[in-house]
Amino acid sequence: MKRLMCWCIFSLAVSALAETNNPSVVAAQEIPPAVIKAQQARIAAIARASKSAISVFAPGGKGGGSGVVITPDGYALTNFHVAKPAGSAMKCSMPDDRLYDAVIVGIDPVGDVAMIKLLGRDDFPAATMVDSDQVKVGDWCFAIGNPFLLATDFQPTVTYGIVSGVHRYQYPAGTLLEYADCIQTDASINPGNSGGPLFNANGDLIGINGRGSFEKRGRVNVGVGYAISINQIKHFMGYLRSGRILDHATLGATVATDEGGRVIVTNILESSDAYRRGLRYGDEIVSFGNRRISTVNGFKNVLGIFPRGWRVPLTYQRDAKTYETFVRLSGVHSPEQLLAKIQRPAQGAPPKPGGERPGNKKPGGGKPEGKPQPPRRPGPPAQAAPKMPAAVAKYFKARRGYANYYFNTLNRNRVWDRFAAEANCQQLDGKWTLSGKIANRGDVEIILDEQEIRADFPQGQVRVDLTKDFDTQLAPAGSGGLLVSLHLWKKLLTTGPAQFGDVYYLGTAPVLNQEGVYDVLVGTRNVVETRFMFDPQSGKMIGLEMYPDLSLDPCEISFSDYREINGRSLPHQLKVRYGNNEFAVVELTNYAIPAQKKQETKKP
Amino acid sequence: MIYHETQQRCFTWLISSGLLIAAMAAPSHGQETTSFSTVSASQQSKMVKIYGAGGIKGLEAYQSAFLISEKGHILTAWSYVLDTDYITAVLNDGRKFQATLVGADPRLEIAVLKIDTDRLDFFARNTAVDLESGDRVLAFSNLYGVATGDEPASVLHGIVAAKAPLDARRGAFKTTYRGPVFILDAMTNNPGAAGGALTNREGKLAGILGKELRNSLSNTWLNYAIPMAELNDAIDDILAGKTRPRSVDETANRPDQPHTLHKLGILLVPDLLTKTPPYIDRIRNDSPAASKGLKADDLILFINDRMAESCKTLKNELSLIDQIDTVQLIIQRGQELLELELKLEEKN
Repeated sequence: MKRLMCWCIFSLAVSALAETNNPSVVAAQEIPPAVIKAQQARIAAIARASKSAISVFAPGGKGGGSGVVITPDGYALTNFHVAKPAGSAMKCSMPDDRLYDAVIVGIDPVGDVAMIKLLGRDDFPAATMVDSDQVKVGDWCFAIGNPFLLATDFQPTVTYGIVSGVHRYQYPAGTLLEYADCIQTDASINPGNSGGPLFNANGDLIGINGRGSFEKRGRVNVGVGYAISINQIKHFMGYLRSGRILDHATLGATVATDEGGRVIVTNILESSDAYRRGLRYGDEIVSFGNRRISTVNGFKNVLGIFPRGWRVPLTYQRDAKTYETFVRLSGVHSPEQLLAKIQRPAQGAPPKPGGERPGNKKPGGGKPEGKPQPPRRPGPPAQAAPKMPAAVAKYFKARRGYANYYFNTLNRNRVWDRFAAEANCQQLDGKWTLSGKIANRGDVEIILDEQEIRADFPQGQVRVDLTKDFDTQLAPAGSGGLLVSLHLWKKLLTTGPAQFGDVYYLGTAPVLNQEGVYDVLVGTRNVVETRFMFDPQSGKMIGLEMYPDLSLDPCEISFSDYREINGRSLPHQLKVRYGNNEFAVVELTNYAIPAQKKQETKKP
Repeated sequence: MIYHETQQRCFTWLISSGLLIAAMAAPSHGQETTSFSTVSASQQSKMVKIYGAGGIKGLEAYQSAFLISEKGHILTAWSYVLDTDYITAVLNDGRKFQATLVGADPRLEIAVLKIDTDRLDFFARNTAVDLESGDRVLAFSNLYGVATGDEPASVLHGIVAAKAPLDARRGAFKTTYRGPVFILDAMTNNPGAAGGALTNREGKLAGILGKELRNSLSNTWLNYAIPMAELNDAIDDILAGKTRPRSVDETANRPDQPHTLHKLGILLVPDLLTKTPPYIDRIRNDSPAASKGLKADDLILFINDRMAESCKTLKNELSLIDQIDTVQLIIQRGQELLELELKLEEKN
């Protein structure tokens, strides 16, 4: 027995010694707790993030991709190139094994983003969007989606990797599908992952996957995938919700790097806002969008993340002097160009009108007139478009230039109804008299009436002729059209968007000297376009911009000091800007408005 | 009973000593590891983007590289990209330099460039590490030329799948390197990645990323890197000038009876340019060159391990080799690299 025990001790010692001499042999129970903890955290983050990941299916099995839900009421993001073949109505699956109807909301073909809305719930699991500028090269990340359409059981595929690069630029195909300022990752992104989410290690949304670099192995992942940064999509969020077909921005100038590595303006349109703000050929771009610019790619990265129409800070240098300004970004395409680029080609040619001409039907057969007609060919059988389910049709309205006009009306009404409830000026069409003063200059009286628009300013009397076009009536001089603007403002307040003219919801955009973004309605009336900006928190109209011509500076009015008068909320301070100058600050002391709403308008 | 007690005591002692030994055998854990993002950020300053020849027929005109000295020596892959007088090196801070080719080793497929500046961050070769299967790695490169100017190199992650001798094809042809490589599961086999840096998870240099190679047995593309240990001697030789052709003015040690192209049976293309590449125009039948299989259109790259940069250089190098000695040539035929040894036949 003793001998046996000694032998046991001896063999144990020997085997233990053998283990210490061979460091690559590690017993299973020796995994450090930190590793186990990290693994659990990863599993938990993936489980949480997966809940919001969707697979998008085009009707008729025509393809699909991935997406991610971002609000509990079902708004979701995907790629434009996934949504386009799917059409206006599609089906989306979630990992809870359910299939939902979804409707298109807005599309951004240049940036390759689309917003859709899943229907049927108001408590969808939604992803948490974070600041993608905080993402660093080397951070762990994971993609969730439907590569190779493997999710036949609705359970998405998860691929894990690191962030290989940030603020990367990928050239567009033509002018669409440009990936500016994107995140590069070696997490596998394959066909089918498009439109799906890229999460950070914590399970928060940092991007939407959509592109990869491919070469000799064809279209399968080779370690280089790209995701649109969520910060870019945040800039476009209001625009996407507007149901429009969006365009990206141009500065109206081109840049290149010179020998010294500086980014220089090589071409500039004199009709561009940048030119009006002082930018010239040869100037050095120092900073744009609050980012230091040192390469053309860096410049393009900034340009690519802002929507057309936003005002973005720009700093440039000339002859050792630095200039800081804000530039309004114009669009890359005209609306017609954009529509043409995204429209599908026609399904086969219609049959040519042919057969016999009237003159040929002479009895006895005469020589047919004109050239011989080509034989009539029947066109290919028209492919019946899949019928939109009734549940989706409720949320869809077609209109040229819109992905889904329903959402534009929805948001336009949301913004307007909230504002109008406080402004409460509907149908108060009579004569408005605004009295006030301009500090250090004198008194002001503005009369806005049905047939007569006039004002007494310190510099003199001005009027607007309502029978003529507004784009040439920019009085008072130096204001860019203050009187016309106030007339239009009153018109909107009293008649509402439906009667004003064509009023649509633009989206959300920043406003000079204000924090955050504002809801914007755009209305065209009497050849001029006016933008009205509303505070999303309070609902108040904080300003307007009246453009006599889209290639000229607008008259800008900031409304503040709202006070309630007889149950109507009206601004008592108007700051007026035009071009690079402040025209005036008008302090209003009195509004004389008809006491009650007009009944029926009695036309003479 | 005494027997029972003794047994119990021994048993307890057995267990406790076993546990003690096992505890001693357990590796120490719980050290803080630096995040990949911190490691990536700290190594970027050593990375270089190379632009040169190419840009046609799927041959991109860019590749990756990294600094190996404070004074601007750059290690990269020896490839057609360097086949130009105008090699541009772009540092991580965006500064552009004209790079000169210091030397190359065609068997290892590495080259050393030099730029004219100093006080640069670099990978110190003497602190390079070796790797084992399972070790985590980071691969720094400008694959697909994604980064320009001062944009940082791309970083991929993976592990060393194996350390094994290489046996691969380039295109349809073999490479000359047969030594050990790190086989990786990081996707480094991509355009423009060659010449990039492979580091361990702490950012310590371990190897240089290889070129796009296909495995001849499985017909799959191989992700691999050459360990620094295999390269150090060759880099030292290059830095010492041993691959540079000897100056045309050097008159010392010229043999009385040197080799000549004629004796070897080689006729080069007409030397019309400042630096005419030494392409073979014709091979004389029954010559030493013919017997070793040299052909018209072959390009002579190295002669006795020195770069044959031009017809003039080649002729000068040849004139410094005694005709009784062997001439070692490395030639390029199409995409293939071939090594040959020429000797003048002994006359009976």
